[in-house]
Amino acid sequence: MVENNRWGNLFAHLVLILGVAIVIFPVYVAIIASTHPPGTFIRGVMPLLPGPNALENYKTVITQGRSQAGTPPIGGMLWNSFVMAMAITIGKLSISLLSAFAIVYFRFPFRIFFFWVIFLTLMLPVEVRIVPTFQVVADLGMLNSFAGLSIPLIASATATFLFRQFFMTVPEELMEAARVDGAGPMKFFKDILMPLSITNIAALFVIMFIYGWNQYLWPLLITTDPEYYTIVMGIQRMVTGGDSEPLWHLVMATVVLAALPPILVILFMQRLFVKGLTETEK
Amino acid sequence: MASITMDNLGKVYTGNVRAVSDVNIDIADGEMIVLVGPSGCGKSTLLRMVAGLETITEGTLKIGDRVVNQLEPADRDIAMVFQNYALYPHMTVFNNLAYGLKNRGFKKDEIDRRVREAATMLEIGKFLDRKPRQLSGGQRQRVAMGRALVREPAAFLFDEPLSNLDAKLRVQMRVEIRQLQKRLGTTSLYVTHDQLEALTMADRLVVLNGGRIEQIGTPMEVYLRPATTFVAGFIGSPAMNMLPTAYLRGLVAADALAHMPVAADLVGLRPEDLSLAPAGEGEIALTGQLMLLEPAGAESHLHLTFEGIKDTIVARLPHVPDVQEGSHLTFSIRRDKLHPFDQATGKRVA
Repeated sequence: MVENNRWGNLFAHLVLILGVAIVIFPVYVAIIASTHPPGTFIRGVMPLLPGPNALENYKTVITQGRSQAGTPPIGGMLWNSFVMAMAITIGKLSISLLSAFAIVYFRFPFRIFFFWVIFLTLMLPVEVRIVPTFQVVADLGMLNSFAGLSIPLIASATATFLFRQFFMTVPEELMEAARVDGAGPMKFFKDILMPLSITNIAALFVIMFIYGWNQYLWPLLITTDPEYYTIVMGIQRMVTGGDSEPLWHLVMATVVLAALPPILVILFMQRLFVKGLTETEK
Repeated sequence: MASITMDNLGKVYTGNVRAVSDVNIDIADGEMIVLVGPSGCGKSTLLRMVAGLETITEGTLKIGDRVVNQLEPADRDIAMVFQNYALYPHMTVFNNLAYGLKNRGFKKDEIDRRVREAATMLEIGKFLDRKPRQLSGGQRQRVAMGRALVREPAAFLFDEPLSNLDAKLRVQMRVEIRQLQKRLGTTSLYVTHDQLEALTMADRLVVLNGGRIEQIGTPMEVYLRPATTFVAGFIGSPAMNMLPTAYLRGLVAADALAHMPVAADLVGLRPEDLSLAPAGEGEIALTGQLMLLEPAGAESHLHLTFEGIKDTIVARLPHVPDVQEGSHLTFSIRRDKLHPFDQATGKRVA
């Protein structure tokens, strides 16, 4: 280990501060830009202090959006994104918990084979299978619907794999004790396995929620009705929509609002996360 | 309360691996049976077959008058105490005890009454609101016992419940479990690899080796008349010494071993039957060289080599003698303390 000397400390802090600054600066710029009147940004000189138009700008994006360019008010888009992200997250968690449970605790023919099939789908993210998936979703009439937005993204090899690894560390005696105590498989799953997995569930919830929230390509492809626009694709619409120049102050306000929910989810889940870590023990 | 009857029980795993074969044990109502044997002898498998955690591939198992071969563990009316306790880590002690009762649809006040009763009996009443990780090893052990008690089952099954405790606690819990079992009069099947635990706790003990029963009997029967060389070596500490009968015949007058059956070509000598007193009437004298003297407080173990004998012979004396390592010592043993075995079959002869 490096000894505790002053210059070493100073240097370490410098590096850390620099790293944080690099990450924070663009966020800062976005927040500042969202408070300026239209046109400030386009002049080419970027102000570093907040401008006078914060309330007005946010009010505009929330109540009107950029209607003339076909972008609805962002409240609806935030809601759509939230519904999609939650559906993907909850769907992914339930399916992967159940499939990991099946793979670890039940003996059925081709168990290992199925595990590897699930594992192989890791190699097929949405982008790779996007054309056939679009075809399927279109044929099922799920374009412009929440089902179409979320269902194709639900299957998750990553979460299945992580839960499998976790379940395998749960002592087998717990399952046997539960059997002797008269708990059937689903009761064991609900009463014992789920509570023990709570920290894993919380961690994956955060990851999956952000994954769902950040989906861009898929919603862009399957939604043509502004009713179903999500916020991330809404940002894009805002930049490119219409013939006028991008209204950067509004775009930035939208960006700031779009970044809020994931941050809230992380803040909220982190508490559960830490609580879970300190209160359970195998 | 019930008897347990094992009729030709056997277990063959897929791939034709045999774990248990031809086990016949009749456990009377209220009896404490200890299954003892080395690792891999099939004792845990046999217990888990009774519990219903392993399928029974051969024979029939009856608890009371019911054949339970096909029943789920929960339907066999048994309770089990696991080696690592298997307490539910996220539940309080109270809920750990209550879980089995809740699943069986007991009324709330009945659950409460039974849990508090068991907690009082095991002196864990003040831990009821704690989580298992806030308890010491001994307390967890009690909770695991409690979980079995509250169910008031027909039989208790113990799978090496004391092996995770330190030596002092192990002795204490051993006594408590035995007292509790006697007071409740619940039929019990107890698995251990510790021969001392087996001897002290059992009404009858079953010595297993290689998936087969070597001997069933009361602890003293098994100790005093081991049926095979395996049992002789496994029960008793230090283990019984084995000498070829021919070696003894060379030491004594021809008629001195006249009582030994002809087939007995191997003789067992308990270390504690060897004495430093001069050989008298009906006794045999043996001389060996002392290789190592192990004082153990109240007793001592003397490791000896006899001329022409490969194995070290151990004598156990109830005191620590004043002798030098390397010196030659003469021991005496009563002739009727010799255990005659047939080396080829490993069985006791007469």
